[in-house]
Amino acid sequence: MMLDIRNVHKSFDGREILHGIDLQVEKGDVVAILGPSGSGKTTLLRCLNFLERADEGTLVFDGEPFDLHRAKKAEIARVRRKTAFVFQNYNLFLNKTVLKNVTLGLTAARKIRSADAYSIAVHALERVGMADRLQSYPSQLSGGQQQRVAIARGLASGPEIIYFDEPTSALDPELIGEVLGVMRDLARDGMTMLVVTHEMEFARNVSNKVLFMDGGKIIEAGPSHEFFANPKEERSREFIRSILEKESRAARHGE
Amino acid sequence: MDERLWLILLEAFPKLLLYGVTVTIPLTLLSFALALVISIAVALIQYAHVPVLSTLCRIYIWIVRGTPLLVQLYLVFYGLPSLGITLDAYPTAVLVFGINEGAYMAESIRGSLESVSRGQVEAGQCVGLNYLQIMWHIVLPQAFRVAFPSLSNSLISLVKGTSLAAVITVTEMFREAQVINGRVYESLGLYTETALIYLLFCSLLTLLQRFLEKRLNRFGGARA
Repeated sequence: MMLDIRNVHKSFDGREILHGIDLQVEKGDVVAILGPSGSGKTTLLRCLNFLERADEGTLVFDGEPFDLHRAKKAEIARVRRKTAFVFQNYNLFLNKTVLKNVTLGLTAARKIRSADAYSIAVHALERVGMADRLQSYPSQLSGGQQQRVAIARGLASGPEIIYFDEPTSALDPELIGEVLGVMRDLARDGMTMLVVTHEMEFARNVSNKVLFMDGGKIIEAGPSHEFFANPKEERSREFIRSILEKESRAARHGE
Repeated sequence: MDERLWLILLEAFPKLLLYGVTVTIPLTLLSFALALVISIAVALIQYAHVPVLSTLCRIYIWIVRGTPLLVQLYLVFYGLPSLGITLDAYPTAVLVFGINEGAYMAESIRGSLESVSRGQVEAGQCVGLNYLQIMWHIVLPQAFRVAFPSLSNSLISLVKGTSLAAVITVTEMFREAQVINGRVYESLGLYTETALIYLLFCSLLTLLQRFLEKRLNRFGGARA
């Protein structure tokens, strides 16, 4: 098992957002984390990479245990070395070119020689179809292009798992496809991914596992085909129904 | 205007300009350099919420911004000697201007640091950068772009502010104008001439600011 996450608790201002989350991830898994907004999905993902400090919980990564509440700097650095994080609003470094966005972590943090970093970066950018924009600044790119560069930035460090925090939620509808396409390619290449998303299509057809959260708890977890074909919990059924309705309404308006 | 006045102004011009170039401008640059060092340190301390030091920085800004520059100059130059601390006029001017402008600049810089979005820092953390690397490669360059116009403002206001050094016996451009006027009694003409030289200096700085801002835009990209 690659990731074994146990009993994650997190409160903000005395209000508990996560009430003890457990999750197991195998190498090659693509886990879609679904749920209504405010259900704690994003907070869970952020706790796993120490962008938020959980109040309690453990993370066993490749057999090495980490205390999500008490981990020290060096331990956090070790976890982040194995992971990449893709943000909802891309968070490309605004003062750096596409190329520098990808190489900065390699040269500054991992002390990779810049010639090597360059070829790693170009290769990663080729995988997301952005190798022709090396000298562009983020402000000169569309949202979809920025997100693809952000994915390349994550890929470049050779992570064991990539966390995606609603990677298409900030995008115009016509730009969602290009980002999902890149993510589908990664899944096919065997990349382990944990994806907070509202894209039902992606959850159904690309991810192999679904985690459905509501009110800071896991309501249902299992293989994605089972979750969609035969949801066990009433709340899951309701959620799927409401999303499908929204999607078909959107499709009708789109035509 | 009569011929005598023209001659006076013509004769005064090189003298005023000489004091402007040899005293006003160096005094401005030295004070600005000191203010820049103070303000960057103060802003970084507050941005990083360093305990105790942050509080001291807030007190510094509170006192300096809450008291008149003229009073500060008098206090240091005429007041401190009775405590046994005697400084020459010129270093006093540099010190007081630097400390005074530093308080205002610290606030501009702190604001610009805080304007860099939290997501930029988080992205840096996720690619493995440490705190100093994030500050150096990401936060400071972006904050500098934001702070640049208000720092230019401070520099320009310092150019004119140095005229206050006249009251603590520093012979800079304005003091020289007073000295010349003491001989010839042409207040209107001489002080207009002096004002125009200040205007010239500030205009050059404004042009420089515009030029540099364009370059910064090209490198940093337009901000979203």
